[in-house]
Amino acid sequence: MVEPVAVLSKRYGLADGHTLSGYLASGGFAGLRASLGMAPADVLEAVKASGLRGRGGAGFPTGLKWGFVPQDLGRPVYLVINADEGEPGTFKDRELMERDPFLVLEGMIIAARALSCHRSFIFLRGEYLWPGVRLEEAIAEAYAEGWLGKDILGSGFDFDVTLHYAAGAYICGEETALLDALEGRRGQPRLRPPFPAVAGLYASPTVVNNVETIATVPCIIEQGVDWFRSMGTEKSPGPKLFCVSGEVERPGNYEWPLGTPARAIIEKSCGGMLPGRNLKFWAPGGSSTPLLTADHFDIAMDFDTIAEAGSLLGTGGMMMFSDRTSVVDAVLNWTKFYEHESCGKCTPCREGTFWLSQILQRIVDGQGRTKDLQTLDDICDNIFGRSFCAFADGAVSPIKASLKYFREEYEHLVDHGVRQAGIDPAHAGVVTRNSGQDRSRAGART
Amino acid sequence: MFSAELREKAEGLVGRYPEGRSALLPLLHLVQAQDGYVSDDGIKECAQLLALSKAEVMGVATFYSMYKRAPMGRHLVSVCTNFSCEVRGGQAVYDRLSGHLGVGHNETTADGAITLEHAECLGNCEGAPVVTVDYFNYECRTPDTAMELVEQVRNGEVPPPTRGYASAGIRDVEYRLAGLGPRHAAEPGVIPDQATADDAAPPTDDAGPGVTWKTVMAEAPRGNGAEAPEGGGAEERGPEGLEPESGAGEHDYGGASRQRDEPTQPTQPRPPAEPAGNDDQPVER
Repeated sequence: MVEPVAVLSKRYGLADGHTLSGYLASGGFAGLRASLGMAPADVLEAVKASGLRGRGGAGFPTGLKWGFVPQDLGRPVYLVINADEGEPGTFKDRELMERDPFLVLEGMIIAARALSCHRSFIFLRGEYLWPGVRLEEAIAEAYAEGWLGKDILGSGFDFDVTLHYAAGAYICGEETALLDALEGRRGQPRLRPPFPAVAGLYASPTVVNNVETIATVPCIIEQGVDWFRSMGTEKSPGPKLFCVSGEVERPGNYEWPLGTPARAIIEKSCGGMLPGRNLKFWAPGGSSTPLLTADHFDIAMDFDTIAEAGSLLGTGGMMMFSDRTSVVDAVLNWTKFYEHESCGKCTPCREGTFWLSQILQRIVDGQGRTKDLQTLDDICDNIFGRSFCAFADGAVSPIKASLKYFREEYEHLVDHGVRQAGIDPAHAGVVTRNSGQDRSRAGART
Repeated sequence: MFSAELREKAEGLVGRYPEGRSALLPLLHLVQAQDGYVSDDGIKECAQLLALSKAEVMGVATFYSMYKRAPMGRHLVSVCTNFSCEVRGGQAVYDRLSGHLGVGHNETTADGAITLEHAECLGNCEGAPVVTVDYFNYECRTPDTAMELVEQVRNGEVPPPTRGYASAGIRDVEYRLAGLGPRHAAEPGVIPDQATADDAAPPTDDAGPGVTWKTVMAEAPRGNGAEAPEGGGAEERGPEGLEPESGAGEHDYGGASRQRDEPTQPTQPRPPAEPAGNDDQPVER
């Protein structure tokens, strides 16, 4: 029977886990110490052998990405941490940075040494003010006590970290758009190749890693590859922070091994759906991942199983919705989000998201026409795989999946101009909780 | 444009990065720390500091939703309306605040207290519906408790957020977002740049002489919020001015606000997509 774990979230219940003294008292920096006794190339091999896959959405093998960095180009190597967590339904990095900022820093130092990198940036979404304050304090303490700066722990390794607040653009979570934003430009994605590992920040070799990915590095070095691979599945090893939101009893971040069935996370950690509501549709990893239905509730939450089911694990941001909620309302909300956030660089996405929003709004307003559904499909087909970056693919995912599984909801709206019986109109009924209510989290806390 | 103190900080920001242009986003936050929005003068000064054209700076300023085109009030109140908050009442919260305050998206109340906006996913879905005040999060707001919060904010009694500390104002927060750490000694956090050649010690807490939004507003000519360069100045009062008499910033829509307010349209007009710059290669498929 799969149980929750407390690897990344082990300090979440501590009052002082975000301070240096609290971090050290709870075993912090053991991974860094272990890595300093290894050759940098061996650290890289360990991360490769672990099979760690990126936690930012793409699931790309982290060791493989690090291995692409050439060391002989005569240009500095940069490490950029993608803390631009903007995928709807995703909030795992936020809590990690707030509650355990030193874990992020430790992962960065270990990674940087493996990459012969001496300068790094944390690209933090501007709205994440409190995580920023926590990181500011952690970085200052780290410098003061010699965990950052020159000759870390007498190892001869120098490493600097700069915290960089961004300014509000979802597309900057895309790594090449992020690099453009970090260079002081409009955040538009770049053509690849060249990939950031070869020419990234300032046209220099750059590794961009998600916050959770980099925070997973210390435990691999500290406890070993075999221990890490004992969690999860063969192709998706390790622990994962799953963020659950929507119509569940206890939304929150819950840490489980990859491959845990969705039902276990929702029922054991979240207390199931809200009273009187049955699961109808859900996204496994943020709004950019194709919707799944109640038939998929027992699916194993790992990269490959979800891909085989026609969706994506993405960020692991699980958004759960019930039979009282209209799929079309959800899809309209997300499509407007994508329309708003489109960077504008390429025509299919810029124009297509605009058209899709218009049509969906008409349908929701009761002015839909039968051929609208075919038009939606056609526009999606002209966007998916035909745009400059994966943003557009994410933008059409809700529409394509909802037409596949819930076509009758669209048809009802088109034919009758109103939602089906039993479905709440949009904006109806506030379903909230007291802010002080204790929310279950993974591991030690209940 | 920048006060002498902020000009020195601005130059420090440019020197913080291997390539100075990286300081542009922080500098635009610094402009907002002083002017409450991205002013024309601010754009000019950033262009000059970075040897860029005004058009390039403007292009960057108009891309990001945190940069505002009109002066913000003392506080920025943001309501998340993405779907995980929406399904738990986010739009209802926004509609109630909009109706009560009499302003729509990115608009400021006539008393200069509050600018309201709806926001895309703020990354706090476990606390849905979420309202932020100057980017500090207040979780699980109903329309009623959101109203309470806003009234307290309007009366200058900002309650402590779910996480963080009570904000003194959006301009102080923008100072931190510029990468300069806390504006006042009492605030936690430290200047987040430590990349110094010789010194691994943390910098001293950089508390300014107690500049608050009130002093900024008192010192700056109304309308463009900037110290007037000679000959520029008072004549440049634009429609963004905050004088109560002009009525600018307050639109007494009442219930009609929803007709003009299209919450999910792009907040700022996006210029047409740039022609291919560095990526001037055909997309291969």
